[in-house]
Amino acid sequence: MSTTVSNAPPTGNAAMAAPRQRGYWGTVGYRLRYDPVTLFFGAVLLSVILAAVFASWIAPADPYQESIIRRLKGPGYMGHILGTDELGRDMLSRLLYGGRLTLLMGMVPVVIATLIGGGLGVVAGFAGGIVNTLIMRTMDVFYAFPSVLLAVAISGAMGGGVTNGMIALTLVFIPPLCRVAETATTQVRNLDFVDAARATGAPLRLVLWHHVLGNVLGPVLIYASSLISVGIILASGLSFLGLGVKPPEPDWGLMLNALRQAIYVNPLIAALPGIAIFITSVSLNMVSDGLRSAMDVRS
Amino acid sequence: MSFATSPIWPPADPRDRGGPQQPLLMVRGLQKHFAIRNGVLGRVAAHVRAVDGVSFTVHKGETLGIVGESGCGKSTLARLLMRLIVPDAGEQIFDGDAVGVQGGISVKDLRRQAQMVFQDSSSSLNPRMPVQGSVAFGPMAFGMPKADATALARELLTKVGLNPALFGGRYPHELSGGQKQRVNIARALALKPRMVILDEAVSALDKSVEAQVLNLLQVLKRELSLTYVFISHDLGVVRWISDRVMVMYLGEVVEIGPADALYAAPKHPYTQALLASRPSMDPDRRREEAPVSGDPPNPVNPPPGCRFHTRCPHAERVCSARAPVLGDAAAGAHLAACHIQNPASGHSLAGRPVLPALH
Repeated sequence: MSTTVSNAPPTGNAAMAAPRQRGYWGTVGYRLRYDPVTLFFGAVLLSVILAAVFASWIAPADPYQESIIRRLKGPGYMGHILGTDELGRDMLSRLLYGGRLTLLMGMVPVVIATLIGGGLGVVAGFAGGIVNTLIMRTMDVFYAFPSVLLAVAISGAMGGGVTNGMIALTLVFIPPLCRVAETATTQVRNLDFVDAARATGAPLRLVLWHHVLGNVLGPVLIYASSLISVGIILASGLSFLGLGVKPPEPDWGLMLNALRQAIYVNPLIAALPGIAIFITSVSLNMVSDGLRSAMDVRS
Repeated sequence: MSFATSPIWPPADPRDRGGPQQPLLMVRGLQKHFAIRNGVLGRVAAHVRAVDGVSFTVHKGETLGIVGESGCGKSTLARLLMRLIVPDAGEQIFDGDAVGVQGGISVKDLRRQAQMVFQDSSSSLNPRMPVQGSVAFGPMAFGMPKADATALARELLTKVGLNPALFGGRYPHELSGGQKQRVNIARALALKPRMVILDEAVSALDKSVEAQVLNLLQVLKRELSLTYVFISHDLGVVRWISDRVMVMYLGEVVEIGPADALYAAPKHPYTQALLASRPSMDPDRRREEAPVSGDPPNPVNPPPGCRFHTRCPHAERVCSARAPVLGDAAAGAHLAACHIQNPASGHSLAGRPVLPALH
């Protein structure tokens, strides 16, 4: 059939008849490729991540090398492309290295929380009844605390440090992700196509995998990708409070805190970590927005 | 041969175990009460008697039409037959094998032989799956390789009148209602079922499309020697497609019989009222008032005795005192659960062969 169609003269009819044999993810990828805004911010995000990963190769200087006489100098000063911080360390190098910890603390908790919270939510939504009540009411307990307070309380109780900070953020992100997954699953479960899939006699895991997860994954992934920017800011907040990353480790949140007092001396330098956080968050939000519209095959 | 209403016997099917005499489906006393819970502890406050002791038989190769008002339990019955809902009581015998009990066939085996077409053509297709994927899902779940299942899906799409090159890769939102319902039919056929339950399958389509789909169903039935259970509230459609018709009211069967006999001489006042409620084509016979007034009583607390007595023009004391019985509908006879049909019931009209006309 497809050969006949492709050999047909390129009339309007034949173009319409071109068989579209992409699967769902193929369609999403195809649509993303024709979305310049998402592609641009995706490239920005990718370069931020790559810069952080390869910081040791890219960074022009040692991020821990202090210099009393070169404190808070503006961009371009004596080979410091982005200037120096309050202890005379190279800003660009610190931003590059800082991206490592900041992105790690922003992304790892969201990924783990998506797996745990999303899984719990799908189970709660599909099982319903007492299972749903048990899982969702437990999540409600976590909702009683503001997320910042909860993160501060958990990492405070466990002690500071990168690992404990990530555990705290993971625990903070599980309830909202669980709720989004549960809501999406409950909606999907009641639609006829799930019943139709069950009526084929297919095993439950195949019904879940092909018909439920595919429809739940969209909202969950999009919500999770928007949480990464929240995660970066929360992680910066923890570091700011002295609960996440400890000085002299470079971290955007910590740098923002330390440079706070320098805002009258050299506002541009003081703003740099904030700009880095801003660029990363905006790119993440734009990418997740693009992903959302690409995944909505109905539009 | 007593089954005069089932003219077409299917050709030999290796899965046909009981032969033509064995009904394809026998349902005995099927019951489903939904609990209404309230309060913090989820105490059961009441039960909705959605399907309350329904018995009937579907012969091989016939179409059994099921009619009734909205909320009479038709769709619950369809889901019970597919075991999408677990019944509270009653037995279901598919070609001589009890379903879901020791020594019978499993629910999974039932679903290989019986399939269902849902009413809402759009919500019954996965919005994120190309339609040929939806059709191929069943065979793939049973271990068919993806390429074969896709080829089968495309073949079935052709069979239901959709060009697979044009429609196979489309998403449900890119199809019209009629096209989606064709896809749903193709999906139901993908597992090569012997029985197809059509739950309001054409009700949401506009009239010209409805006619096309009905004709398609008839062609498919002949080609694939299918047996249909056709659920609808549209009396005209049911008469056109059905060999026998079953009328439901408030979760019970009130009348069952050959389509022609039932439409020509309804035995139950409810059936009579339903038939009279069809708009007449003749302007001189146009009626102003509704033949049955009001809504059906609440299925949470159905009236005692005959459930129709609150709306029945012939209701007498016996009707609220005792519930009439339908009798054994296995033989394909024309039966009605009404005291008028039982000479020993004590109803003043009892034993009269034909019901007095309404009004």
